[in-house]
Amino acid sequence: MIEVKNVVKTYDTNGILFQALKGVSFEIKNGEFVAIMGPSGSGKSTLMHILGALDTPSSGEYLLDGQNVAQLSDDELADIRKNKIGFIFQSFNLLPRATVLRNVMLPLVYAGIPEEKREEKAKTALQHAGLDESLLYHLSNQLSGGQMQRVAIARALVNDPALILADEPTGNLDTQTGEFVLSTFAKLNVKQKRTIILITHERDVAAHANRIINIRDGAIVKDERVKKP
Amino acid sequence: MKLTDLFQETASALLVNKSRSGLTILGIVIGIASVIAMVSIGQGAQNSIESNIEALGSNLVIVMPGAQRGPGVTISSGRGSAQSLTLADAEAIKNEINLAQNVEPEVSGRYQITAKGTNTNTQVLGTVAAYPEVRNLQIAEGSFISDQNIRSTAKVAVLGPTVRDDLFGASSTNAIGQTIRIKQINFKVIGITQTKGGSGFNNPDDLIYVPLSTAQQFLAGNSYLSTIAIQAVDQKSMTDLQTQVTTLLLDRHNIADPTLADFSILNQADIVASAATVTNTLTLLLGSIAGISLIVGGIGIMNMMLTSVTERTREIGLRKAIGAKRADINQQFLTEAIMLTFIGGTVGIFLGWLIALGVSHFANLATKVSLTSIILAFGVSALIGIIFGYYPARRAAKLNPIEALRYE
Repeated sequence: MIEVKNVVKTYDTNGILFQALKGVSFEIKNGEFVAIMGPSGSGKSTLMHILGALDTPSSGEYLLDGQNVAQLSDDELADIRKNKIGFIFQSFNLLPRATVLRNVMLPLVYAGIPEEKREEKAKTALQHAGLDESLLYHLSNQLSGGQMQRVAIARALVNDPALILADEPTGNLDTQTGEFVLSTFAKLNVKQKRTIILITHERDVAAHANRIINIRDGAIVKDERVKKP
Repeated sequence: MKLTDLFQETASALLVNKSRSGLTILGIVIGIASVIAMVSIGQGAQNSIESNIEALGSNLVIVMPGAQRGPGVTISSGRGSAQSLTLADAEAIKNEINLAQNVEPEVSGRYQITAKGTNTNTQVLGTVAAYPEVRNLQIAEGSFISDQNIRSTAKVAVLGPTVRDDLFGASSTNAIGQTIRIKQINFKVIGITQTKGGSGFNNPDDLIYVPLSTAQQFLAGNSYLSTIAIQAVDQKSMTDLQTQVTTLLLDRHNIADPTLADFSILNQADIVASAATVTNTLTLLLGSIAGISLIVGGIGIMNMMLTSVTERTREIGLRKAIGAKRADINQQFLTEAIMLTFIGGTVGIFLGWLIALGVSHFANLATKVSLTSIILAFGVSALIGIIFGYYPARRAAKLNPIEALRYE
């Protein structure tokens, strides 16, 4: 359960104030698959950072599973990210020259999961992400873009987070692999009841979600359900 | 983050760029190795000088005849050759100065020595029974000259091991009781001294000891002394002893102006102290030159770590995004730096030890790798890792995850 109440984010660059979010409010229930859509400069990245506990709002409340994340310290934010959020980035951000398995196990290292349980969890996550098991011990920089993004999805899943945040996950992929990745999200949403937030500027990508929140100039302009054919 | 994970992360991070890590480690290896080697050379020199001085005896004040000068220009005999010290002077010192624990007068000369078909030329020292105690001499076989020998002007001799070897062969075991001839006079060998090792120009192993009375009567033919060695009761009283002996001898020789003294007096403490000053300065000099290379190595580590932090900005951003705290990142980079210096330190200690061994072997200087210098080197290398790793690690830990993830 995510509750965003009147969130404002103001940036101060050398005394010039810029309001990236001008009082945004919405709710996302557990198990929803939501796309946050908007052109660049709309404030969607700022919103993603706040939702991902990478940043805190200037004012307003952000409740994640009933906990107010808005006023936490750096280390407390790190704990939230560790336990509740899985990130998927446009540029994958895998550790180069590390195996697929080690990349997926990395969040478990920080979460303090015992070593003997890590491998099993990582393998399950990779299975859910749809990556072929023969690639487990390949180095991440030897994979194709689609494979890398699936490793990243597995990494986001491995710690069983309450929320998966995908920031332009198909931005670096061709249409076909992009479709595969998006269908993976849909599958995770339907089969595992994962809450997924997809940040994108493309209507076609956003259409894969069940709900689209349109954002422009730091405010929500439209919040609509997607009618699936 | 658990310790095993930390080491695993560190090891894989360092292995990603093997040549860069290797070269950085090399900087520390050279620094630590040179510190170990230089300090061991310095300490070796110090030890050998100190033991050489110690071998001469402890707490000694040594009086030697000087060159007697009258008013105006006179012909001066060489320093040490003047005939100004007598047995009476030695007796006076013994009787009148309380700080003198032992007084050992001696007379020396070089003679040709013969024994059953062999001969050698060496120094013959006429001395008293107190000699072994004053001069730190051990007897290997037989006995040293006794007071009885002195009173009876006995024709007995104690040989240094080198003389024994020269006269009777290296493997001889039956030198005691044999007869040697000094200045055509027969002496009976009553003892052999323990090997002391050479100390510069005076080799205590290449000496023959005879009773003082015998040497004066039969060898020198006069009653003058070549040295009076005085042993102080303790180290603190040596300076006082020196002053008192000087005053007494000036008085006895009727010399009013101390600059015209017909003897010279040496204080062993001064010799030890000045030698120690020289070797300490030497060790400090060598150590600080080596220390500079260690600092340069440390700067190499800092340089590598800063490059690494910049290169891995996105990785740091990712680690933060998946839940790494500041402390985790800080720890990771600091451990990398410490690991580099630790490996460098270990290899460096080994290399430094090899260099010290090489110097001992090829330059014939007894080097000494002490445990303290190893601990010090290890401590310093770990400290350098912490100092030069601290700033890059802190920079990594302070990165804003959002900016770090966007970094191109």
